[in-house]
Amino acid sequence: MLSKRIIACLDVRDGQVVKGINFDGLRDAGDPADLARRYNREGIDELVILDITATLERRRALADTIRAVARELFIPLAVGGGIRTAEDAAAAVEAGADKVSLNTAALSNPPLITTLAARYGSQAVVVAIDAKRAPDADQRGTRFAVYARSGQSAANRDAVEWAREAESRGAGEILLTSIDRDGTKAGFDCEMTAAVSKAVSIPVIASGGAGGLDDFVEVFTEGCADAALAASIFHYAETSVRSLKRHLREHGIPVRL
Amino acid sequence: MIALVDYGAGNLTSVKKALAAIGAEVFVPAHPGELAAAGSVIVPGVGHFDATRTLDRPWVDAIRALVDAGRPLLGICLGMQWLFEGSEEAPDWPGLGIFAGRCYRLSGGTGAPRLKVPHVGWNSLAFCRAAPIADGIPRDAQVYFTHSYAAPLTPDTVASTEHGERFAAIVARGNVAGVQFHPEKSGDVGLRILENFVRRAG
Repeated sequence: MLSKRIIACLDVRDGQVVKGINFDGLRDAGDPADLARRYNREGIDELVILDITATLERRRALADTIRAVARELFIPLAVGGGIRTAEDAAAAVEAGADKVSLNTAALSNPPLITTLAARYGSQAVVVAIDAKRAPDADQRGTRFAVYARSGQSAANRDAVEWAREAESRGAGEILLTSIDRDGTKAGFDCEMTAAVSKAVSIPVIASGGAGGLDDFVEVFTEGCADAALAASIFHYAETSVRSLKRHLREHGIPVRL
Repeated sequence: MIALVDYGAGNLTSVKKALAAIGAEVFVPAHPGELAAAGSVIVPGVGHFDATRTLDRPWVDAIRALVDAGRPLLGICLGMQWLFEGSEEAPDWPGLGIFAGRCYRLSGGTGAPRLKVPHVGWNSLAFCRAAPIADGIPRDAQVYFTHSYAAPLTPDTVASTEHGERFAAIVARGNVAGVQFHPEKSGDVGLRILENFVRRAG
C-alpha cells in the first residue's frame, strides 16, 4: 500500500533555515545540510527547500544549498522560491533538484507549467498554492482565496479551481499551504485540503499548521492528504519524524518506517 | 565503465549522483557506437513512452549486442518499461522486447474513491523470488515510485508492488534487470540495488 509521505520543509534565507509565523517574524533554525542529514536519519520521506525571500528579492534559489543537500541525500528533493523562468528551473535541476515548485510564476505565467512538464516530466513539476479562507460571494460559505508573492497579493483565484487548472496544464503535484494556519500549530486546514485533494487526481501535499501528532492523523483522514509537510515542529526537535510515523502507524495510516 | 543512456527522458543528475556516491564510473554515450566500450549499461528515464522513440534502430542494435555479449543491463522506470514489448502509452512504438508483455495504465483499483494515478511516493516490495539485483534488500523495504503506467507480472518478476492492482516492481532474467521505482531516490535501499548492479557490472 502506498505510504502517506512526511515531508520536511527547509525555509531558507541567506543560506540559513528560518521559520516564521503567518509568513512573517522569522527566526533562525540552523544549517540546511545539517538539518537535512538529521531528517534523513530519522526517516523523512522527502525534502523541500524553499528560498522564501527569492520571489520578493528576485533572487534565484540558492544553488549551493541545493548542491550541499543533494550531494549526500538520496530521497526526493523539491526546490521552490524565485523560480520564474525555464532557466531558473534548469539551474535548480542542474544543482540536484528532482522537482521544482512554482507559485507566483505559475499564476502569472501558467504556460510555464506545461513547458517544464514537457522538459522534465510532470513528476518534476509541483505547483504550490498559498490560500486562505474568505467569505464567498453570497457571504454564506467559505472559499479558499489564492495569494501570490509569499502571501502578499491576492491572485483572485479559488484554490480548488486553480489546482484543477494546474493539473490540466501538466503539474505532477500540488503543495497546498494554508496561510491562516502557517506556523500557528493550530492544525492543518483539513477542509481546504480535502476540497482540493478530491478535485484532482495528482497528489496533494498539505502544509501549514502542523502542531501535534494528531494533526497529521487528521489531515491524512479528514483532509484526504497524500502527503503532509511541516517545518518548525521538526526544526526545533519538538517532534521527531520517527515518533510521528510510529504514531501514524498506530492509527492505521500507512507510513514508511 | 557504465554507459548511462541519455535519450532526453528526464534529467540524469540524480542517477549520476547516486552512482558517484557508490563509487561507480559512468559515461554518457553521445552515439550508439560508443556503447561498444561499455562494461554495462543503464537505461534510466521518466515520462512518456514516446520519449523512447529516440532509441532508434542503431541504439537498439548496440544495446542488444551488449546484452548478447553477456554484459549487464539495468532499466529504471521508463527505461524498465522499454525492456518490455511495448506500452499502451504509445501503442505503435515497440520496446526492446527482452521481457514478455506490454505495459498498461494503472486503473486506480475498483474501490471508492479510486486510488490516485499517477502512483507517487513510497510503496513496499513483495518478493516472489531471489535475484542478484535484490541481494540484501529487507523484505519490508519501501522504495520511491512515480509513474502512471506499469509492467505486467510474468515469470521474470522478482518483486511486485500494489497500487489498485499488483504490477512488476523488479524484473530480472540473466544479465538483464529492471526496476519500476527510482533507486537513486529510494535512500539506502535504492543505493544497495545500484550497488548490486555495479558489483555484477564489474
